[in-house]
Amino acid sequence: MNAQLKPTGSAYFITKETETDEKRTLAVLVDNEPGVLARVIGLFSGRGYNIDSLTVSETEHERHLSRITIVTRGTPHVLEQIKHQLERIVPVHRVVDLTSTAYERGHDRPLERELAMVKVSGKGDDRVEALRLADAFRAQVIDANTEHFIFEITGRVSKIEQFISIMKPLGLVEVCRTGVAAMNRGPEGM
Amino acid sequence: MNAQAPAPLGQETGMQEMTGAEMVVQALRDNGVKHIFGYPGGAVLPIYDELFQQEEVQHILVRHEQGAGHAAEGYARSTGKAGVMLVTSGPGATNAVTALQDALMDSIPLVCITGQVPTTLIGSDAFQECDTVGITRPCTKHNWLVRDVNQLAAVLHEAFHVAQTGRPGPVVVDIPKDVQFAKGTYTPPQTAPRTSYNPRIEGDQDKIKEAIALMAAARRPVIYSGGGVVNAGPEASHLLRELVDLTGFPITSTLMGLGAYPASGKNWLGMLGMHGTFEANMAMHDCDVMVCIGARFDDRITGRIDAFSPDSKKIHIDIDPSSINKNVHVDIPIIGDAGRVLEDMVRLWRASAHADKAALKPWWGEIAKWRARDSLAYKPNNDVIMPQYAVQRLYELTKDRDVYITTEVGQHQMWAAQHFGFEKPNRWMTSGGLGTMGYGLPAALGVQIAHPDALVIDIAGDASVLMTMQEMSSAVQHRAPIKIFILNNQYMGMVRQWQQLLHGNRLSHSYTEALPDFVKLAEAYGCKGIRCEKPGDLDGAIKEMIETDQPVIFDCRVANLANCFPMIPSGKAHNEMLLPDEATDEAVANAIDAKGRALV
Repeated sequence: MNAQLKPTGSAYFITKETETDEKRTLAVLVDNEPGVLARVIGLFSGRGYNIDSLTVSETEHERHLSRITIVTRGTPHVLEQIKHQLERIVPVHRVVDLTSTAYERGHDRPLERELAMVKVSGKGDDRVEALRLADAFRAQVIDANTEHFIFEITGRVSKIEQFISIMKPLGLVEVCRTGVAAMNRGPEGM
Repeated sequence: MNAQAPAPLGQETGMQEMTGAEMVVQALRDNGVKHIFGYPGGAVLPIYDELFQQEEVQHILVRHEQGAGHAAEGYARSTGKAGVMLVTSGPGATNAVTALQDALMDSIPLVCITGQVPTTLIGSDAFQECDTVGITRPCTKHNWLVRDVNQLAAVLHEAFHVAQTGRPGPVVVDIPKDVQFAKGTYTPPQTAPRTSYNPRIEGDQDKIKEAIALMAAARRPVIYSGGGVVNAGPEASHLLRELVDLTGFPITSTLMGLGAYPASGKNWLGMLGMHGTFEANMAMHDCDVMVCIGARFDDRITGRIDAFSPDSKKIHIDIDPSSINKNVHVDIPIIGDAGRVLEDMVRLWRASAHADKAALKPWWGEIAKWRARDSLAYKPNNDVIMPQYAVQRLYELTKDRDVYITTEVGQHQMWAAQHFGFEKPNRWMTSGGLGTMGYGLPAALGVQIAHPDALVIDIAGDASVLMTMQEMSSAVQHRAPIKIFILNNQYMGMVRQWQQLLHGNRLSHSYTEALPDFVKLAEAYGCKGIRCEKPGDLDGAIKEMIETDQPVIFDCRVANLANCFPMIPSGKAHNEMLLPDEATDEAVANAIDAKGRALV
């Protein structure tokens, strides 16, 4: 949306955006067919929406349904547009705004988890410290030799961020993150 | 292939063994297609071979794929049925892109079948390969690459379904050449519609009741209708007229919606927006209740958005939920088909509300004052043809005929919208959303194919018409007697007008030197050319054009520097229109202040 603030030098009326951005987590249920992810991503880039994180996998094999979890930011007006524009895509079954559904059900936010693999290499005290901290974060060692560890850590985004920043001075060499998977609390389905 | 072909797999179910190419033709037939527009090439030869061996589906050969697209659009707009185009892979598909985006923005049902290199070559940068589904993904409602011949029939049927239902739009079915040759099982239409696609047709009854209550209490109401009413079918236009009669509300329309309410109707305010009438825009600005039906608050309609109709409650009826609150916040959104919702509104109004037409009297009084400004007036001239005069004469001399109008894009388009009176829907084909110069000539061809006995006129500009001029050859080949009525001012008139308003009258590249001699050009194509330079000769020349039973290029030499008024200058609101009688050179030069200049 920010692009609209600049004078374009052509015949358009420019308005200033006065609302502030909010962060939302959307769950999008789609037919798992070729190109469906491109349609979703193309919509975001084509209309100038933001993607903070995107996670996708087939969740119902018999019905060939995939669930896409998107963390996005925008003004309430833009967020409403994002939802409706997503619903317009033919293979999209449902779009659920998990963040606002959580509010409606009396929760702060939806349950959000991310998995990261964190490779740390080093010797001596750093190595001992890394292992000790990993234990405190309940990260698991999934590969190691005398010179490195690969930790697997699951948790809220903030926890992962914290763990990675702590590992930085201890010999962090590589990080891989899945992006956010999210679901709402309570017995009701999506 | 034909209907008598042996059907080894149970004829009663419609399932038959056939090749992919045969399936394409069979699916066209099963979906009621009589005409397709296309251009052959390597990757669609098997389909062309099947077309050659049958007579039910008639193929109209164009000269450029963009022409096929606009012709199919014209066909669709004038009939309400899907237009169909068939093009080859690579450049065939990329040339179709402009027409696809045009159809997307104007919500026109268009089925585009493209050939593709064989599946084994996809991704190898093969000759005439392009990522057709990738390129057309953002400019279609949906698209498919068919890799399995057994899926082909279902995909084609689904393509027609998606193109024509909900908010209509273009679709692309990309068929690799090996799939066209392969044999598989043909399935008849609509055996298993997709579950994720369910456009909402019926409006929410409570919302409609709320809307009726709001309308009944309105003192300064206005109806603002758009192309959605035309798309909803002739019945929707009929219901719109009924609603206007019942309520006594004034009505304006977008460029796309012209004809849904007749221009001769007593409640008609004329078109609204940037080049709309003073009364329409003032009514929009000062109204207390706005009823938007099948329109989308486009930026050419609203002007400055923060000053758009500041004191009104807004009702918005649209089939596409994403249109609601997109540009303008509305108070009562109603998602549904314009026709169905209008039906409910008419019924509810009859049952509950009674029009207090006396209460609207002061409002009509104000409107009468705005009307009296005569915002479409222009200075008549005895020596040169004024473009507005040319459109008016064309209207007067053709209005008693079965006439369809298409346009290109620019000043002539606005003059046509302002001065040609449309009495029926589906009679006006123009590129509204995308603003595609070169739309009108091929669109006229499409309209003429659908309505062979009608009078089809493309009101054109000299610059636009050259963009797709080659389709004159198609018109001659198919004996489509389209009339290309060029308002020739030797400029890209709208560009020149903006340069005058915004850029100190520095006419950077908006003058066309070395225009062709349009009369000789017509003769070169094997049709008729007419030139008219004097107002006194105009009626006779137009009559000659109408009487000519072949395509005509009419070179109407008009005043070169006429501007299109009235106009909402950029950065201004509906109530800050520039009217023709105020448009002195100085006013024009100062119409857009420094702030507005930065804004545009």
